[in-house]
Amino acid sequence: MNVLNLLIAMPGVLTQGLIWGIAAIGIYITYRILDFADLTVDGSLCTGGAVCIMMLFSGYNVVISMLAATFAGMLTGLATGIFHTFMGIPPILSGILTQLALYSVNLEIMGKANQVINVDKYNLLVSLRYTKGVSIYKNSIFVMAVAIILLVVILYWFFGTELGCALRATGCNDGMARAQGINTNFSKVLGLMISNGLVGLSGALLSQYQGFADINMARGAIVIGLAAVIIGEAVFGRWFHNFGLKLIGIACGSVLYFIVLQTVTWMGVDPNWLKFFSAMIVAIFLAIPYWKDKYFTKPTIKEGGKNHA
Amino acid sequence: MLELRNVTKVFNPGTVNEKIALDNFSMTLEDGEFVTVIGGNGAGKSTMMNAIAGVWPVDAGQILIDGEDVTKLSEHKRAKYLGRVFQDPMMGTAATMGIEENLALAKRRGYGRTLRAGITKKEREDYRQRLAILGLGLEDRLTTKVGLLSGGQRQALTLLMATLQKPKLLLLDEHTAALDPKTAAKVLEITEYIVNKDHLTTLMITHNMKDAIVHGNRLIMLMDGRIILDIRGEEKKKLTVEDLLHKFGEASGEEFTSDKAILG
Ligand SMILES: Nc1ncnc2c1ncn2[C@@H]1O[C@H](COP(=O)(O)OP(=O)(O)O)[C@@H](O)[C@H]1O
Ligand SMILES: [Mg+2]
Repeated sequence: MNVLNLLIAMPGVLTQGLIWGIAAIGIYITYRILDFADLTVDGSLCTGGAVCIMMLFSGYNVVISMLAATFAGMLTGLATGIFHTFMGIPPILSGILTQLALYSVNLEIMGKANQVINVDKYNLLVSLRYTKGVSIYKNSIFVMAVAIILLVVILYWFFGTELGCALRATGCNDGMARAQGINTNFSKVLGLMISNGLVGLSGALLSQYQGFADINMARGAIVIGLAAVIIGEAVFGRWFHNFGLKLIGIACGSVLYFIVLQTVTWMGVDPNWLKFFSAMIVAIFLAIPYWKDKYFTKPTIKEGGKNHA
Repeated sequence: MLELRNVTKVFNPGTVNEKIALDNFSMTLEDGEFVTVIGGNGAGKSTMMNAIAGVWPVDAGQILIDGEDVTKLSEHKRAKYLGRVFQDPMMGTAATMGIEENLALAKRRGYGRTLRAGITKKEREDYRQRLAILGLGLEDRLTTKVGLLSGGQRQALTLLMATLQKPKLLLLDEHTAALDPKTAAKVLEITEYIVNKDHLTTLMITHNMKDAIVHGNRLIMLMDGRIILDIRGEEKKKLTVEDLLHKFGEASGEEFTSDKAILG
């Protein structure tokens, strides 16, 4: 085991972590803010990648291509939102339906299961090739760090607006939200669209970074995103109370996740088992608050109790 | 002001659990009336309020607010006319948001929500003053998450939120039932203050007969989804708990020796 090999891989790992950080922030919006476990992302990440690559092939520049990928992601969120709010399908199932449908859609977009893009022929924003030996402004780590900061600033602003506050209230207590005149169905659809838009953007960046879009690239995206959210909250939650910092913490959580993954692989664990371990880690972390509640909380007496006349 | 015309609500129709919670229910409220509502557990009090608020569609009948037929209007659209406080202190506020953020949400009830600021500096000053009137010390804790407040503080805040935009109708569903007697009295005092100050038309469900008698200028009693008693004016002022028990016996054709039997 040569530590140097691990270190050499780090710039790439860092970039990858930051790219997934955008998806993780998207997942945070549905999972934490909207209280909606959205499985659409296991399809929409690929949709973003596919749209971006095919747009680049068609001669559009990278910014337009990424905007289109974001928009495509938003449409997938819209689909899930309609399944849930208009058709009354439970959240998880709504996401699964969209995810399955997207498998066909993504194949249709790409025309085949895998599309490779040549970094030398196209002007990409990020690439594994741009992680070392290029000027700082072209360096993918720098580009991604700036992108995340920009994104956090925009989201910080948005969740402070009337619309953003309505979305937060919907996720926190939808009965209260409706009593205050908030159209909670609209909030949910909007939240799903923003979230999947970000996931689509993340997919667009990921396909550039790795040089291809693949029909399976989104498999397990929800678990990776949740892992990033959970790690981010566990490690940085103590200090990061401000909403903007929380989002930064999640992006950092994503980076940590990929560092751990890389380290485990470097230690000789069969890469085949990585998804298994990711799932187990997320399962355990999700169980912790439940266990805490169940086994470690003293029974509390409700205030006053019911007072009969 | 408010009119319910032959409203019927059946839960779980066609099953063994079928329950006619509102049975051809009619009621008219005049402007400025403060109506207290009593009745046993399952009498249909909350169902009546939820029907007015539009939590779900009713099976038959019409609901009019200020002459406007709102029967088909969704819950969030009706919210424009209504201020609501619930029995469970958890239900009326967003726990993960700050006191001022909750107030700002309520301030925008009935208005479109856009990309304008969710809360402004000017509002904050207004909220501080309004909170100070409650006398609970909340005015110095504007950014405190509501989840950290006690039940009584949350109910007082919910009351303030319900009335921040003057509602055409204030709906209080046993909003002091989950509080200890001292806190309940305080919240009732605040209720009385706000209702009088803004001349609010109010429906207040209570499990406490004395409160139902002391407060408001009209009292109705529900049983099996119908109004079995409707007392107002001078008669209401002279009402005692004994009268109420007696009248309940007359109306329901049964004898009770304690209000426990009526109020579960
Ligand atoms: N959502 C619901 N689903 C099924 N039954 C309900 C529902 N809400 C109320 N009920 C039933 O309707 C009846 C009236 O309930 P409610 O209006 O809550 O009574 P209360 O007068 O105690 O507030 C009860 O029998 C109750 O079990
Ligand atoms: Mg009730």
